[in-house]
Amino acid sequence: MAWVWFHRFGSPPHFYRLARRLTPWFGWPALILCLYGVIAGLGFAPPDYQQGDGFRIIYIHAPAAWLSLMVYVVMATSAAVGLIWRMNVAHAVAASCAPIGASFTALALATGMLWGRPMWGTYWEWDPRLTSELLLLFLYLGYMGLRNAIEDLSRADRASAVLAIVGVVNVPIIHYSVIWWNSLHQAPTVMKFGRPSMPAAMLLPLLAMLLGFSLYFVALLLTRARGEVLRRERSARWISEALAQE
Amino acid sequence: MNLTSFFAMGGYAVYVWPCYALAALVVGLNIVWARRSLRAARRDARRRIAMSKSAATP
Amino acid sequence: MMAPRSTFAAAAAVLVARDLRLAQRRAGDSLLPLGFFLVVTTLFPLALDPELSLLRDIAPAALWVGALLSSLLALDLLFRDDGQDGALEQLALCGQPFAGLLLAKTTVHWLLTGLPLVLVAPLAASALGAPYGAMPGILAAVLLGTVALSLIGAVGAGLTLSLRGNGSLLALLVLPLSVPVLIFGARATALAIQGEPLAAPLYLLAAMAVLAATLAPWALAAAVRIGLE
Repeated sequence: MAWVWFHRFGSPPHFYRLARRLTPWFGWPALILCLYGVIAGLGFAPPDYQQGDGFRIIYIHAPAAWLSLMVYVVMATSAAVGLIWRMNVAHAVAASCAPIGASFTALALATGMLWGRPMWGTYWEWDPRLTSELLLLFLYLGYMGLRNAIEDLSRADRASAVLAIVGVVNVPIIHYSVIWWNSLHQAPTVMKFGRPSMPAAMLLPLLAMLLGFSLYFVALLLTRARGEVLRRERSARWISEALAQE
Repeated sequence: MNLTSFFAMGGYAVYVWPCYALAALVVGLNIVWARRSLRAARRDARRRIAMSKSAATP
Repeated sequence: MMAPRSTFAAAAAVLVARDLRLAQRRAGDSLLPLGFFLVVTTLFPLALDPELSLLRDIAPAALWVGALLSSLLALDLLFRDDGQDGALEQLALCGQPFAGLLLAKTTVHWLLTGLPLVLVAPLAASALGAPYGAMPGILAAVLLGTVALSLIGAVGAGLTLSLRGNGSLLALLVLPLSVPVLIFGARATALAIQGEPLAAPLYLLAAMAVLAATLAPWALAAAVRIGLE
């Protein structure tokens, strides 16, 4: 039964139509959740006993960092699916992930720096998270660079799929190796957040932002993937029908 | 809590507000970018169909 | 595709012998990365105040950055000639396991470009102030590290096969993937210079080399097949 769904989803015309219908179901809830998250996070969450109002950066930084990792996993998984089952839709999804993931990695880095300045006294620390996040950005850029350099779309799909898979193996390695390296160098105290019990007024907006950003990513992905699916399609029949409906 | 102290963000305003501004920028740009990409793909698909039709009819 | 008439071991041996013979005719090509490594590691003391105690501190970094960049440069040699004259396609079609053949090719490549680095590293390290007692540790670390770097770099080279343009895309692809090797290699070298036990980073380097040797051939075969179309 699951196979039937798998193959339906993998069929370009089905995917295209499904994606078009589903996008608002992700987009609008994302907007509502993020609005709540921002308003509650900025205006109603109590200030942190250590960081005062500066902690409110977390409502941007944490979702951005979460997205940067989650998108990479989605990208690598759909690339693997595309490679193994030769599914154009999966390759389209992988291609769509990269620019989104890269921009949110950059956002995570930038907000991390802006958070670090008041808390650590410096814009940059070779902190494990910042460093592995930076390398993640390079992985995204390499992926996009490779795609860009190969002219044939099908070849670009498959070569970048291999790269994405190799990269996903490396992501935990980078993360742990950098932690090890950093602890050996006795890094300055990593910023600790008043964690023991995060009051609900602080936590709820954060959860809302995390969920909201995730839904927003799906909406973006569906939009981009529709275009990518179109680019990979040869048979015109379903395309002219689908486009006529828009 | 008045408006001025809200904007001051306990002294961290110069760090907090740029973060939110950057986030709005990235979120907005991604939306614009994605829609533009889809529109371009649709345009190209239409053009491809039109060309193949005109090629098919001698 | 015809059935293989010989065993894989025999085929691999033929390939290795051929590659070695070809490299012999163009010995200068293989020496270039070595020369590059020496030049780069020399640049550090030139750029800094050549006071030995400071040099000793940066020696791990200088050695490993030099090794990384040198191995990147050496990647050009791996598939260039065979990719151009069609020998790679023959390897893909000959009926032997392609991943295994590519592993053999990468091994030869390491022997020609990585092994010289291993032999020269103690020299470069002592020029940067490393004490005599550090040499075994440095040797072990560079040995394991260059093996891992060759394998990781080969995957990058396979992915960018037949792509025109300079090597900056290759660098962008390979360098992030090589970072763990850099980190642990430098760590091991630093511990060796300080005279402290370095079993831990060495084990990790070994683990990385083994992981690379296991996964890279698959990725290489996939990448080169895609690149040969």
